[in-house]
Amino acid sequence: MTGLNTTPNLGTNASADDLYQKLVALHDGLSEADSLRVWAKLVLILANHIGDREVIEQAIVAARPVAAA
Amino acid sequence: MANIPGIPVYKEIGATPAPATGGGADRARVVIVGAGPVGLAMALDLGRRGHEVVVLSRLDFIAHASKAICFSKRSLDILDRLGVGDPALAKGVTWNVGKVYWGEADDPVYQFDMLPVKDQKRPGFINIQQYYIEEYLLDGVMKLPNVEVRWGHRVYGVTSKDDGAELAVTADDGGVYTLEAEWLIACDGARSTVRDLLGLDFEGRVFEDNFLIADIRMKHEMPSERWFWFDPPFNRGKSALMHKQPDDVWRLDFQLGWDIDRAAAIRPENVEPFVKAMLGDVEFEQEWYSVYTFQCRRMARFVHGRTIFAGDSAHLVSPFGARGCNGGFADVDNLGWKLDLVLKGEADEGLIESYNDEAITTADENILNSSRSTDFLTPKSTASQALRDAVLELARDHAFARPFVNSGRLSTAVHYPASGLSTPDTETWTSGVAPGAPVLDAPHGDGWLLDALGDDFVLLTRGWQGEAPAGVRLIEISGLAAERLGLGEGGAALVRPDHYVAARWHTIDPAAVDAALKRAKGGMA
Ligand SMILES: Cc1cc2nc3c(=O)[nH]c(=O)nc-3n(C[C@H](O)[C@H](O)[C@H](O)COP(=O)(O)OP(=O)(O)OC[C@H]3O[C@@H](n4cnc5c(N)ncnc54)[C@H](O)[C@@H]3O)c2cc1C
Repeated sequence: MTGLNTTPNLGTNASADDLYQKLVALHDGLSEADSLRVWAKLVLILANHIGDREVIEQAIVAARPVAAA
Repeated sequence: MANIPGIPVYKEIGATPAPATGGGADRARVVIVGAGPVGLAMALDLGRRGHEVVVLSRLDFIAHASKAICFSKRSLDILDRLGVGDPALAKGVTWNVGKVYWGEADDPVYQFDMLPVKDQKRPGFINIQQYYIEEYLLDGVMKLPNVEVRWGHRVYGVTSKDDGAELAVTADDGGVYTLEAEWLIACDGARSTVRDLLGLDFEGRVFEDNFLIADIRMKHEMPSERWFWFDPPFNRGKSALMHKQPDDVWRLDFQLGWDIDRAAAIRPENVEPFVKAMLGDVEFEQEWYSVYTFQCRRMARFVHGRTIFAGDSAHLVSPFGARGCNGGFADVDNLGWKLDLVLKGEADEGLIESYNDEAITTADENILNSSRSTDFLTPKSTASQALRDAVLELARDHAFARPFVNSGRLSTAVHYPASGLSTPDTETWTSGVAPGAPVLDAPHGDGWLLDALGDDFVLLTRGWQGEAPAGVRLIEISGLAAERLGLGEGGAALVRPDHYVAARWHTIDPAAVDAALKRAKGGMA
């Protein structure tokens, strides 16, 4: 892998909407604390799947708001 | 009677009279301030190498405190080199495996082995009360006529000079005297008088958490392992730790949080419910209850001219990872041979600067690891709490999450990949021990390789019996020992007196060995 891919990579609008909905539904019925934990689990699962420290660190930079950097 | 009230006594020794100086100053080549584990080990190392050493101890006894219990393999190797490893092993509780539990589950979410490479003389860890280690070190020191420990002698003034240091000392018998040292080693602990008197910095981070230590005596069967709990039913939302010590003593450690009444926390009526909640309705006796908080900090430099800092005076870590005293022993191990060479005139004073570099590398690794463990144990925000709990939840079902579980990364030997004393590899190595890393123990002859290395520079060779440079012992190795060093026929490794590899060759070249030796003694090749 060569660096973090930030170009659209998950298909059509419909597919994006579908994924978005699943990410929202992931939190159905959860308290804020539980929700936060679920987000964290998802990040860890995906990070392990990516398995490339450099890409993950680029993603961390990309996610962090500029003002707070 | 102990000279300082309020500190429990393990062993009374009694005050040493002030020396008769006849109005002039008393002198010693090396003065060590502090007779804690680090000061005593330092005295033993330099004393065994034949140097005149005076140790000043504010106390006139060995304290019976709830301090270090976990001593690493690396420390055991160092104690072996100093001739006091056997009593520690005989008394201590050997363990290699750590288990981490979460919530009410009976199965660990994570476990680790502190001795992944077997066939070594010493185990990954032993548990033993710090005062036993101090006693064994002192026994070693007492056998040396060239080391003098002055009990009940407190340093209250220090002047640093180009050719040493001048100390103002007050003895328990009322005597006050001046002691001139060529070299001063400050092993006077976290609240170092020497550091304060010289106005030196000690920067770092204070962690807002309290931990209760209940050292109790009871008859209890449990494997010799380190058990750690996150969020157990007996300490909800917090952590706990259990360790077996010699003499049927157990260390139970409970995280308490920040806003607590520390005096109330150690009252037996408040401690006992914790113990019973953890262990059930067992019979036990109080050994010692205490509450501790901790900090991670270090001095910017450990070498200030001819004044050198070692142990807690130079660096402090949280106990998670057992890196305090073990880190202090690493300092001793690193400094001993260097100061020996300088005192004998066989190396330039500049060699001591490499102690500054390498001991700071060790301290930084220890601080980094113990800070990270502490951040995992005590999440500082709701997001970090969520991340921590996410790791624990995933670790139960998925192997990939287990390496994230951090209940303390336990002390192992620190490597110095950038050490100026090492000769970098010029050949390709696919195995073995790189320059800047310690030799891996292995069976050797009827014994062990590390025992054979001893206190000197050693040239380890495989299938080569030429002549080693002056002052270097040649040891031929084979089998597993050679394999672990990655040495084929004709290969060699130059090993420092602290058992770190300085250089290695696939095919030995005597000129290159000379150059590497010179470099390892601080002279550039
Ligand atoms: C609860 C707890 C658990 C721990 N567990 C572990 C563990 O499992 N493993 C581990 O490796 N470490 C552990 N540690 C850390 C370990 O106890 C310390 O790192 C170790 O004691 C440091 O040794 P030292 O010789 O540098 O300092 P100290 O033990 O503090 O000794 C310093 C000595 O200097 C003397 N002194 C001070 N000022 C003067 C003066 N002006 N004149 C003369 N003498 C003076 C003092 O009286 C003292 O005897 C633990 C610490 C705590 C608090």
